[in-house]
Amino acid sequence: MIVELGHFSLILSLGLAFCLSVLPALGVYRHQNQLMALGGSLSAGLFVFVLLSFFCLANAFVTDDFSVNYVARNSNSDLPIQYKISAIWGAHEGSFLLWTLIMAGWTLAVSILSGSLTLDMRARVLSVLGGLSLGFILFILLTSNPFDRSLPLFPSEGSDLNPLLQDFGLIVHPPMLYMGYVGFAVPFAFAIATLTSGRLDSAWARWSRPWTNAAWAFLTLGITLGSWWAYYELGWGGWWFWDAVENASFMPWLVGTALVHSLAATEKRGVFKSWTVLLAIFAFSFSLLGAFIVRSGVLTSVHAFAVDPERGMFILIFLVLVIGGSLCLYAFKATGIRSEAGFDWTSRETFVLANNMLLLVATGAVLLGTIYPLIYETMTSGKKISVGPPYFNTIFVPIVMVLFAFMAAGPSTRWKKTPVSRLVKSLVPTFLVSLTMTTGLVYFFAAQFEFVAVLVVTIAGWIFLGLVKDMFERVNNKTNKLVAIFRQPFSYYGMLLGHLGIAMAITGVCLTIYYSEEKDLRMVPGEMVEVAGYEVTFKAMNKVRGPNYRADQGEFEVMYNGSRIALLHPEKRFYEAARNMMTEADIDPGLFRDIYIALGEPIDNTAWAVRVQYKPFVRWIWFGGLFIALGGFVTLVDRRYRRGKAVNQQEMAGVTV
Amino acid sequence: MKIGKMKSHRRNRLLLVMFLVATSASAIGLAMLALNENINLFYSPEQIVNGEAPVGPLIRAGGMVVMGSIKRSTEDLGVSFTISDLQTSEVTVQFVGILPDLFREGQGVIARGTLNSDGIFIAEEVLAKHDENYMPPEVEQTLARAHKDNNGA
Repeated sequence: MIVELGHFSLILSLGLAFCLSVLPALGVYRHQNQLMALGGSLSAGLFVFVLLSFFCLANAFVTDDFSVNYVARNSNSDLPIQYKISAIWGAHEGSFLLWTLIMAGWTLAVSILSGSLTLDMRARVLSVLGGLSLGFILFILLTSNPFDRSLPLFPSEGSDLNPLLQDFGLIVHPPMLYMGYVGFAVPFAFAIATLTSGRLDSAWARWSRPWTNAAWAFLTLGITLGSWWAYYELGWGGWWFWDAVENASFMPWLVGTALVHSLAATEKRGVFKSWTVLLAIFAFSFSLLGAFIVRSGVLTSVHAFAVDPERGMFILIFLVLVIGGSLCLYAFKATGIRSEAGFDWTSRETFVLANNMLLLVATGAVLLGTIYPLIYETMTSGKKISVGPPYFNTIFVPIVMVLFAFMAAGPSTRWKKTPVSRLVKSLVPTFLVSLTMTTGLVYFFAAQFEFVAVLVVTIAGWIFLGLVKDMFERVNNKTNKLVAIFRQPFSYYGMLLGHLGIAMAITGVCLTIYYSEEKDLRMVPGEMVEVAGYEVTFKAMNKVRGPNYRADQGEFEVMYNGSRIALLHPEKRFYEAARNMMTEADIDPGLFRDIYIALGEPIDNTAWAVRVQYKPFVRWIWFGGLFIALGGFVTLVDRRYRRGKAVNQQEMAGVTV
Repeated sequence: MKIGKMKSHRRNRLLLVMFLVATSASAIGLAMLALNENINLFYSPEQIVNGEAPVGPLIRAGGMVVMGSIKRSTEDLGVSFTISDLQTSEVTVQFVGILPDLFREGQGVIARGTLNSDGIFIAEEVLAKHDENYMPPEVEQTLARAHKDNNGA
């Protein structure tokens, strides 16, 4: 009964989404304030009914209602309760319901926090968001209904959640990722609203900026969590695979990063207006493309959702309508816009432009590699290929190296014009200091001298020192310097954190790649192996039981310089309901290195295949990601975006007069 | 109009456009070059047996792991097994390393590696997917085609 209620409330929310997409827009067209004002209550209604529907599905999972197909396929009565909840988004149907819920959540947030918007602008934005919700809910109801039942004959037990997904990482990774994907719908809606209204001023940049930063920060968090999860749960110590689905989340992130920067330029200097609008459209388009790649099964990926051509077709049509429609609108409306403000070659504007170009070229390279198997198959009538990680590394690394060099210089530049001598004076010393320090550190601490590692870490250090120097220059003429450091605008702290995060992440990526040691070998209890100076002894093999699995658990002692630093217990689990084998690695984590042990398979009665890895600085990758995300969130509390309604309306009046 | 007489902002704009065209052209060129060197073509067991697959370059091969064909070395992590299209053709695969959790007899797998002159596939990597019921599309098509050919002939 509750399940039917969930289905019914989803149908109701479809109706509400339809009203939301039509009525406020109609109000704008007819200049009727009452119709325009409906947006607020309709968004609230939409959110409430999608939430109700979501709770009904959650209830089916918690009460083990295996008459619901989706529950029977993805849960089991032995499944621990937290995984019963996260199993809601463990497969296609439920995860799309979560996606829709998050969409409704962002819509509600916009309607509540858009007090500073003019009535017609708010109506336009909410109508666009309502239209997108309409498409998503229609998709669920037509092709992927999680409330389908198999009556009267239903299984008495569920076939269990995929063991790989029974993990903390998978509880939090999809919601964060979707917050990011779907969050880009908000700047997209602002862009469409601005285009249709014809008022493309920098006010829209100020409205879009906090929303874009928030969505981008969530996406950063989602990708970081996904990489971390892959590292310990799936990847045997790998943290990025250039898999089609990873790329699907990485492309909107790259475009989103470009958007975050160009919005700053548009808001502060009034430049790149039409370009920024185009980026906002691109960012959301790549989110949708990502959804298409993940859910249509057109590309082979480790994240294989159940493949269904009908779903792929629906998303493809939706994709074409949304992207095609918005680009047409852009073509007709964005032509007359001119940016009055000029800028010099050595201005911050130029650096933002370089950032945007390089990020888009990088996105293009990733896109090409991701969809090339499809293109190739079409051109050669059915020949299957895969594009290996070497492609992505060859093409992506040089592009981002140039980007990082620009990034090191960026914060030292000024808007409009920066004297070249000043730029040279602030950049050359920091570069030399970073180069000297890196070379020294690598010479004394690293096992061998790697040129690329030195280069990358030098650039990371250069970025870091540039930030420190810039901060000191900002407070140099203040009387109380320490107080002044804490009195900077929050958006400045956001920039510091974000850039610092990148510096950390690239240090981690580079050092892990160049200095990791990995040994796959056959071991019997009592045997010892030496990896990067660590002595790892296979002590014993035990049998253990979990709530819904049994496991062989190894015991490994890790020694360094004669003292024991860790006792690790990697497991090989057998999940009984799904009859699935799973590798559960055990890690001794550290700020400067991880020791990673995973069990392969039993080779004979006593011997096991074992992988022992030494991973230096690997955690810096995710710490970096967390810093970047934090940077995005910190900008949200900037006073600029919390100014009262009155101030903004005053400014609006100033703009329109 | 001669370049020399252009207004400075026009000339700047022209330079910018030329810079953009040059950058994107070189990026695309680099990308195509990198692509051509790093695509791995897929071959079915039948194609490999018929000698259609090249000896030397990195390719992918896929099929079902034949029952009872897995043989392990007693000294190291070496393993050999046979993949088949379930009809006429079989190829022996050799691999040194840890096999994925879902690797087992009767399961569809894809291996990436090179073919040697004896017709043995030396794998660098063996893939079996997350989901037990998931069949790599390449393997599924291979089986379907072999099945059709065999029944049609």
